[in-house]
Amino acid sequence: MATPVLDKVEAESAASPYITVTMRIRRFNPEISDASVWEDFQIEIDPKERVLDALHKIKWDVDGTLTFRRSCAHGICGSDAMRINGKNRLACKTLIKDINPEKPITVEAIKGLTVLKDLVVDMEPFFQAYRDVMPFLVTKGNEPTRERLQTAEDRERFDDTTKCILCAACTSSCPVFWNDGQYFGPAAIVNAHRFIFDSRDEAGEQRLEILNDKDGVWRCRTTFNCTDACPRGIEVTKAIQEVKRALITRRF
Amino acid sequence: MSADTTSSAAIGPVEGAVYDVDNPAPYIEAPRKRTGKTPKATRGNFEMAAWLFMRLSGVVLVVLVLGHLLIQLFLDGGVSKIGFAFVAGRWASPFWQVWDLLMLWLAMLHGANGLRTVINDYAERANTRLWLKGLLYTATVFTILLGTLVIFTFDPNIR
Ligand code: SF4
Ligand code: FES
Repeated sequence: MATPVLDKVEAESAASPYITVTMRIRRFNPEISDASVWEDFQIEIDPKERVLDALHKIKWDVDGTLTFRRSCAHGICGSDAMRINGKNRLACKTLIKDINPEKPITVEAIKGLTVLKDLVVDMEPFFQAYRDVMPFLVTKGNEPTRERLQTAEDRERFDDTTKCILCAACTSSCPVFWNDGQYFGPAAIVNAHRFIFDSRDEAGEQRLEILNDKDGVWRCRTTFNCTDACPRGIEVTKAIQEVKRALITRRF
Repeated sequence: MSADTTSSAAIGPVEGAVYDVDNPAPYIEAPRKRTGKTPKATRGNFEMAAWLFMRLSGVVLVVLVLGHLLIQLFLDGGVSKIGFAFVAGRWASPFWQVWDLLMLWLAMLHGANGLRTVINDYAERANTRLWLKGLLYTATVFTILLGTLVIFTFDPNIR
């Protein structure tokens, strides 16, 4: 009985996929200190696993006080955007092997929003900007008895921006947003774009007027940080430029 | 006993951990909360005009400045030919007067607006912004006025 079990264990350990990685995490706990510090954790992990799995390992096995948001764990809900090795990404879509596990992997909260604890930030300013662009269908007249029809081309026009999961990776990678946080931010503009170019919607003018604001699209410096950061591959900067073009061509 | 568990064991050493349950760290006000003091959204078109101006003036300046550099530095003997007589000769023609005037205004406004956005993006305190912009606008207005004055009142017979 004992021998086969031993053999199996030995065979497994010989082919063990596990490697040791150092997770360097920016910790902040306002109940202890008003300063944040880097803390290193050494963990054994399969490099084919994701950063989110590493965070789980730490939270479940090493230090239960580590705080972060996650929900779906499959890149759908947009709760776990964080700055991993200095780049905004979703922890649940970033494989350990893709970010050079030989060096310590740094994980910190996204920039430009107030950190509440460890990797959790206050998303309120982000969602305030989102609400400000009226992200819902606005129509006039009688409600049709069936669905509102649209041609395939009309749908194609704004297809890219329907993919947004509101993770804030783009907005918190934008240097203009970092400055004073009054800029609407790429995510709000992406979600306005989704309705401005929807043939069924009738409040495009209003949304354009909102984005014509002093802190609207004109503050964009075409840095392309947002396009680089978007985990959904949305061409964020292009969407912003299309809104700018719409603003100019509708006047002249 | 309970104080022990909260401070060191679970969380590990944190620099200057002088805060605990009875002496909590200062509350941090959310910096971007929209309160009564947040300026109301402006629906003016100044930002759009400024943005458009940057694009259009940029295109015109490419022609004006490259032409200017070509004439001043390369054609007809290069820099060595530049002197009072050369400038006086050029400004005798209204064409070059308009060219230089246009270049002066566009380049100054283009540069000033660029610096304005840089200040908006990088100066964090309202006071710093105010002073930097004040300095910028003063310098811009001074240079434009002085340059315009010289172009219009230039006297080739001055001694
Ligand atoms: S545009 Fe992309 S990066 Fe920005 S919030 Fe949406 S999904 Fe996230
Ligand atoms: S946990 Fe839902 S997107 Fe990563």
